[in-house]
Amino acid sequence: MKHSISAMLLGTALALGAAGGAVAQDKNIKIGVLTDNSGLYADLGGPGSTVAAQMAIEDSGLAAKGWKLDLISADHQNKPDIGSTIARQWIDVEKVDIFMDVLNSGVALAVNNIVKEKNSILIDTGAATSDLTNAQCSPNTIHWVYDTYMLANSTGQALVKAGGDTWYFLTADYAFGHALERDTAAVVVKSGGKVIGNVRHPLNTADFSSFLLQAQASKAKIIGMANAGGDTTNTIKQAAEFGIVSGGQKLAGLLLFITDVHALGLKVAQGLNFTETFYWDLNDGTRAFSKRFSERMKNKAMPSMVQAGVYSGLLHYFKALEAMGGNPHDGAKVVAKMKEMPTDDALFGKGTIRADGRKLHPAYLFEVKKPEESKGPWDYYKLVGTTPGEQAFRPLSESACPLVKK
Amino acid sequence: MQALYAQLLVGLINGSFYALLSLGLAVIFGMLNIINFAHGALYMMGAFVAYFLLNLGGINYWWALLLAPIIVGIFGMILERTMLQWLTGLDHLYGLLLTFGIALIVQGVFQNYFGSSGLPYAIPDQLRGGMNLGFMFLPVYRGWVVVFSLVVCLATWFLIEKTQLGAYLRAATENPTLVRAFGINVPRMITLTYGLGVGLAALAGVLSAPINQVRPLMGADLIIVVFAVVVIGGMGSIMGSIITGFALGVIEGLTKYFYPEASNTVVFVLMVLVLLVKPTGLTGRAA
Repeated sequence: MKHSISAMLLGTALALGAAGGAVAQDKNIKIGVLTDNSGLYADLGGPGSTVAAQMAIEDSGLAAKGWKLDLISADHQNKPDIGSTIARQWIDVEKVDIFMDVLNSGVALAVNNIVKEKNSILIDTGAATSDLTNAQCSPNTIHWVYDTYMLANSTGQALVKAGGDTWYFLTADYAFGHALERDTAAVVVKSGGKVIGNVRHPLNTADFSSFLLQAQASKAKIIGMANAGGDTTNTIKQAAEFGIVSGGQKLAGLLLFITDVHALGLKVAQGLNFTETFYWDLNDGTRAFSKRFSERMKNKAMPSMVQAGVYSGLLHYFKALEAMGGNPHDGAKVVAKMKEMPTDDALFGKGTIRADGRKLHPAYLFEVKKPEESKGPWDYYKLVGTTPGEQAFRPLSESACPLVKK
Repeated sequence: MQALYAQLLVGLINGSFYALLSLGLAVIFGMLNIINFAHGALYMMGAFVAYFLLNLGGINYWWALLLAPIIVGIFGMILERTMLQWLTGLDHLYGLLLTFGIALIVQGVFQNYFGSSGLPYAIPDQLRGGMNLGFMFLPVYRGWVVVFSLVVCLATWFLIEKTQLGAYLRAATENPTLVRAFGINVPRMITLTYGLGVGLAALAGVLSAPINQVRPLMGADLIIVVFAVVVIGGMGSIMGSIITGFALGVIEGLTKYFYPEASNTVVFVLMVLVLLVKPTGLTGRAA
């Protein structure tokens, strides 16, 4: 009799399993923020990204619905080998479900491969290289905030249109700089401009005078800075010293973050044009989030688009898991669900995720305010133009991603 | 050819920082036998002190040039009195580890409060602008850095190699017991020497504040190169470190022109070559 009862229970359980009800009941989620916590990119991602992730966890309200959420963070020191080691350990030992931030294109491309191999999830909000959704695209990766193609397309085109038809590139010598230079050069040539030279500097350089002199000697109208973070701020500051802008050449910041503008000060940064997909002072939603964020930061910094992306990306991930009724711990499956659902949050507005893993939302062309136009700390940008998401990013017709059906 | 002149000059500017920093390291190593890994952090503190003086106290760049080295020098002397002095006579490794730890703590504290992007420090009005030299546009401030650091380097060399005080110092390193027998307070001299070396680092920090961002990691990025400079020049050799500092700045500048990708490794390649041929460094004497 006993035997037949347990057999019946077993049968019922199997039947439920087959119906799909019982499998996805696991409600544990482990989130890993992998970023540069101490180096030249730490202000634009770093500890702020962990704060943003924590806020997303709280705002999702999942804990109250019986979910168990864990958050860990680590410093990849901008080294792909260290990033890879952490990624493997996180997946194999820590059982991390999802990787957030992962700025630095070199690290991102390495982690992208591991995440695909181990069927985990990467929502990259920090790296720039457009290869993440092109040749290197993966069913486990979503590129959330921006990419080199979009930056090139928006800033590059605007500058060529404004008369800057000869370009010289000052490029950070690794995956990101190369991608940004390549994508921008393509846009410049397509818009009728000409690239007359380039120089590649090592990542994290303190003195740019040698490189700036070469750029100055090229007589190009535009000096395109295909670098980021501390490298860009040092370039801009030292270019002013060498009289580059007063000599008639224009600096193009291809990738600038609000934290860079803050570090430079408006006196030096004024007039720069560049593209971002998030600014704290865009609307009520962004302002409310940014105020809460900045209160939690030691230096009271406003969020960068990378940090805002961590919040927005995680919220969408949580929505997908809720819709699935549990965490299947199957990266590709969850990402497929995330692509199915439209995105909507206070920071980036309504958007979608394409088959190649590209998240679409509008791109904003900003100009840095003059010191007298700014009403106070962090009031830095003037909105110059908006490109809708569908036009801002690489069209699928040009994509080399195998996930895109043609 | 014009471009070459420009690169030579730019190299000289960077060389000034290498020279000032490696000079301080050489003084400290020569007199205290301590490999001062905290040098980069103290250089960074110099820049931060200049920033605070300006933004909190309204004290300008010129005063900062004087005050920052004194303030950071006093901080250095406290370090020496409270910690480093207990390491006298022990293996170099202990001093290295202790100062390395101090550097990590100082950098960590600054990074915690000021982030990594740094703070702006403007060039003083008197040194703004630049002049056209024909082959390049030389910012006045950069010219000032070269001249000023050259003067400071030579003065330090003179102080240690040519004056009575310097003679005491050198004698105290050679044979502390004997010098003490002459009634000279050796521990105090050692503390002052450490303060001097640290002050030189802080001075370099103030000089670099208007060129680079005032960043917590500005020293960490530079210190490894400076150590290579000291090794190439010969540990403890005053003139050697000054000359090597300027020379390596120039070589690095030329690399930035001819093969920019290698510009942050060329110093280390040279270091390996020098160590292979002359392990005591270019001007070092065998121990």
